[in-house]
Amino acid sequence: MSNKTDSNVYTVLFAIGMVVVVGALLAFTAASLKPTITKNVELEMQQNILYAMGVNENDESSANFVSTDVAPELFNKYITKQYVILNGDVTENDEAYLIDIKKEKAKGDASKRRLPLFVGEKDGKTYYIAPIRGKGLWDAVWAYIAMDENMVIQGAYFDHKGETPGLGANIKERYFMDDFIGEHLLDSQGNFKGVAVSKSNADPTNQDKTDNEVDAIAGATITGDGVAAMIKGDLSLYVPYFKNLNK
Amino acid sequence: MGLLSKKDAKLITDPLADNNPITIQVLGICSALAITAQLKASIVMSLSVLFVMGVGNVVISLIRNIIPSKIRIIVQLTVVAALVIIVDQVLKAYAYSLSKELSVFIGLIITNCIIMGRFEAFALGNGPWKSFLDGIGNALGYAVILVIVGFFRELLGSGTLLGFKVLGDPIEKTGLYAIGYENNGFMLLSPMALIVVGIIIWVQRSRNKDLIED
Repeated sequence: MSNKTDSNVYTVLFAIGMVVVVGALLAFTAASLKPTITKNVELEMQQNILYAMGVNENDESSANFVSTDVAPELFNKYITKQYVILNGDVTENDEAYLIDIKKEKAKGDASKRRLPLFVGEKDGKTYYIAPIRGKGLWDAVWAYIAMDENMVIQGAYFDHKGETPGLGANIKERYFMDDFIGEHLLDSQGNFKGVAVSKSNADPTNQDKTDNEVDAIAGATITGDGVAAMIKGDLSLYVPYFKNLNK
Repeated sequence: MGLLSKKDAKLITDPLADNNPITIQVLGICSALAITAQLKASIVMSLSVLFVMGVGNVVISLIRNIIPSKIRIIVQLTVVAALVIIVDQVLKAYAYSLSKELSVFIGLIITNCIIMGRFEAFALGNGPWKSFLDGIGNALGYAVILVIVGFFRELLGSGTLLGFKVLGDPIEKTGLYAIGYENNGFMLLSPMALIVVGIIIWVQRSRNKDLIED
């Protein structure tokens, strides 16, 4: 190293120069890619909603979305109504799928929360799809749950931000998601109970659909508890809507 | 390798075995423990590190004569962080599903001590071409260990490889499971990665006695 690069003035100037160059580079990258990234996120929401109501390209064991090219078209075809429920008032809103559940949850007070609900029609069957969000072990977990009018789960898509690969991250595997299909959210008296992720239900192949339990993933206790808490906490907010529906 | 002189070729082949960053220099252990529960995650992490190491080493080497020595570590960190953020953003825009797959690993690259180690030990004192080869070599050395560890942890822990059920179905009791075999859940936990790495070090040193320190 020469003496020149050791001086304090040079060091400070270099640091400033570096920050400006790197900052500009990153700002340019972020700004120029932002529209594409936002578009991807929107398409993904549509894919998630469609996945939950069974519009997907699943093979025997892996979960596959419909491709992004056809997602908007299929979304318009299958999703007949989009609602926003605010403190019991149901209004139609064609951009309900863009509602950020994270922001809505941050409001704390459930009466101020906008709850999106999507109504889908497929093969003569009506699906009610609700997006929910909660906490796993490391970071957020979220899901799209499709139900029928009696709050029996018809399909589920789970996702997460940073759960452990091989353990908690397996909530987005078919064997876990498919376990929820057919599960009742209400108990036999019609009270909301949710679906617990249980380690002791002695029903690993999930034959009993009315026990309000699915089999847990070994080694992913906290993620599983997070999933159960999310279902219980967020889906319970939709109960009044379904009660009204069946009057 | 007709393209490379003998000396240059050694820059690539050395880190693969006798100077492996994980088993000999014991760098990059943290990520080797954290993300090797599945083979796929190991491969993806290896590729990400390969890119960042190759490019980062060249960048550091190019500016090595103008970096003030007092803040060289900060400069190195800035280069890694900037590269990682760019990779992350580009993936999010053009390979969204892949970027979701990688999620946390991209950020974790910044903390990989092999990268900082090679910047400091090699790129600061060598030209761009040599630094590039050194970066690629060390990233491959890292990848070899990651893939071996990921292979055994996924196979013994989940009974799958890249998600395929190679040993049969544990719930329906087919294949190996029909005769009473069970997955070893321990293999999915981080400490078992340490033991697998330990076994690799043992095998390597018993085959090449020169590596044993007194």
